[in-house]
Amino acid sequence: MSTHIIIRATSLHKSFGAVQALHDVSLSIKRGEVVALIGDNGAGKSTISKILSGVLRPDSGSLQINGDEVNLRHYSVHKARSLGIETVYQDHCLGEKQPLWRNIFVGRHIRNGLGFIDVAKEKKMTLHLLQQSLGLRGVGVSADALVSTLSGGERQGLAIGRAMLFNSNLTILDEPTTALAVKEVGRVLKFVRSIPENGKSALFISHNLHHVHEVADRFLFVDRGTIVHQSLQEKTSVAELFERLEEYSANSAIRGDK
Amino acid sequence: MKTLYRYRFQCGILSLLVGLLGLFIHLSPQTFLHSRIYIAFMSTIPFAALLALGLTLLIVAGELDLSFPAIMAVSGFCFSSISQATASPVLGLFGALATGSLAGLCNGLIVVKIGVPAIIATIGTQFFWRGTATLLADGLAVNLTELRETALHHILVGRLFDCLPMQSLWCLVIALFFWMILNRHIWGDDIRFIGDDITTATMMGVKTDNVRIGLFITMGLMSALASVMVCLEMASWWPTQGEGYLLIVFAAIFLGGTSVFGGQGTIFGTITGSIIIGILEAGIISGGLSGYWTRLAHGLVIVVSVSVYAVALKTRRT
Ligand SMILES: Nc1ncnc2c1ncn2[C@@H]1O[C@H](COP(=O)(O)OP(=O)(O)O)[C@@H](O)[C@H]1O
Ligand SMILES: [Mg+2]
Repeated sequence: MSTHIIIRATSLHKSFGAVQALHDVSLSIKRGEVVALIGDNGAGKSTISKILSGVLRPDSGSLQINGDEVNLRHYSVHKARSLGIETVYQDHCLGEKQPLWRNIFVGRHIRNGLGFIDVAKEKKMTLHLLQQSLGLRGVGVSADALVSTLSGGERQGLAIGRAMLFNSNLTILDEPTTALAVKEVGRVLKFVRSIPENGKSALFISHNLHHVHEVADRFLFVDRGTIVHQSLQEKTSVAELFERLEEYSANSAIRGDK
Repeated sequence: MKTLYRYRFQCGILSLLVGLLGLFIHLSPQTFLHSRIYIAFMSTIPFAALLALGLTLLIVAGELDLSFPAIMAVSGFCFSSISQATASPVLGLFGALATGSLAGLCNGLIVVKIGVPAIIATIGTQFFWRGTATLLADGLAVNLTELRETALHHILVGRLFDCLPMQSLWCLVIALFFWMILNRHIWGDDIRFIGDDITTATMMGVKTDNVRIGLFITMGLMSALASVMVCLEMASWWPTQGEGYLLIVFAAIFLGGTSVFGGQGTIFGTITGSIIIGILEAGIISGGLSGYWTRLAHGLVIVVSVSVYAVALKTRRT
């Protein structure tokens, strides 16, 4: 019965020193579903995404992926990737001074038993990815180009393309559109909308409620470390999303004052 | 054309080397058209170059080590005392390598696990190891002339075919190995990403702690190896051994185009940089100037070339 649930997190708790970032967070994402996390700055959205992608370890709670219990003590970025979970962060996901091909394969190079990288093959696959998936066809397109020469949209495209290349079952996108120009935003949203067509899932985090409403099937509202509300896309208007978010922001402002 | 652009730093540093050699040949053909000077270079430059290789990897990873001259002293002391006590320089070599890697491990743990910035941590350990070596040796030098005819001497610093210094061959082999690591191995990839942005590296699943500690250990090993070679070549160990290398090694690395900000660096640049630093003094003296000019020339070459790099990087970004 649980096979159509791709990931289920139960009762996650996480503190950074005295700051309790997450308190009793539970959520699940179905196959072919795009779920959005909505919440104010500091609500805990990134912390949730980092726990799911293996960057952070929760203080307590449990995680099921494809119906199997995950041992959180051995859960890592590598493990998450091997289970088909890819993450696109707004920043800190590309090495600025490194060539594109290294960025595509960082942490999981095609290598022989001694750890030596198959550079030619990786460059070929990178070029193919740039041309086919990202539609970069200019003469200057090269697997050896440095990330620092790319525009914001191209960077995001590269990070998303990397997730596509490794054929993820669940793509987590943490504010992927925040720094982008309008035209580039359109491309990112188009990609997110295409995810469920292939039976894959996504967790989409954004400040822009219009974007969220456009791509997600279900909304989860996060407020000061807990999920306080959820609603389905077909039953919620953009205006209602705005109202709710404002309500929580006002609440936390009041409570923050005391 | 594109390839040429990609290797413009390497081309730049190589032209500098060729230009300097041309100048020296022009100024003093009797010295620089004779093989003797090049054999002398091949016997002295490898010591600094070996240190520079280890330090290059550390700097690409965004770290540094100021304690390597002191690690040389303490591991060289281990080498000399073990060699004398057991009459086996090979045991001495292993003792030195163990000491060097232990000292490197200490640096790594202090920097990575305790979180002290490398510049501060290694200033501290630098005093500690230098002090340890001086205390153990009672401040006295150790004479190692009896190691002259040992197999280890011939293997590490002997003269192949009675002319080619073995240390230059070792340096070449190790440089090739480091090139493979930095450019073709996952470890080199990890090093680059750690130096570029350590948060990114962590998010991409790089085991940053292990890699950084490994680099400090590698630097310790290279210091120990350089020290053993210096001991054998000079037939002695002395308490201030290594002191002259600190600035020269950093200069060679930055001359070679390695970024002080981490994330970028080349083995080719480091080796070429070491050679340039190494030939300047001889060139100046045989060119008829006094040795007092050496430092001034070092300074000029370093400042000018690092400025050229900075300008090149700035123009590319706009
Ligand atoms: N590495 C960290 N160290 C200390 N506090 C952190 C860390 N990461 C996040 N926090 C805190 O946890 C809370 C939630 O942060 P985050 O998940 O980034 O929020 P969001 O992504 O919703 O803006 C914030 O109060 C933030 O300050
Ligand atoms: Mg965030």
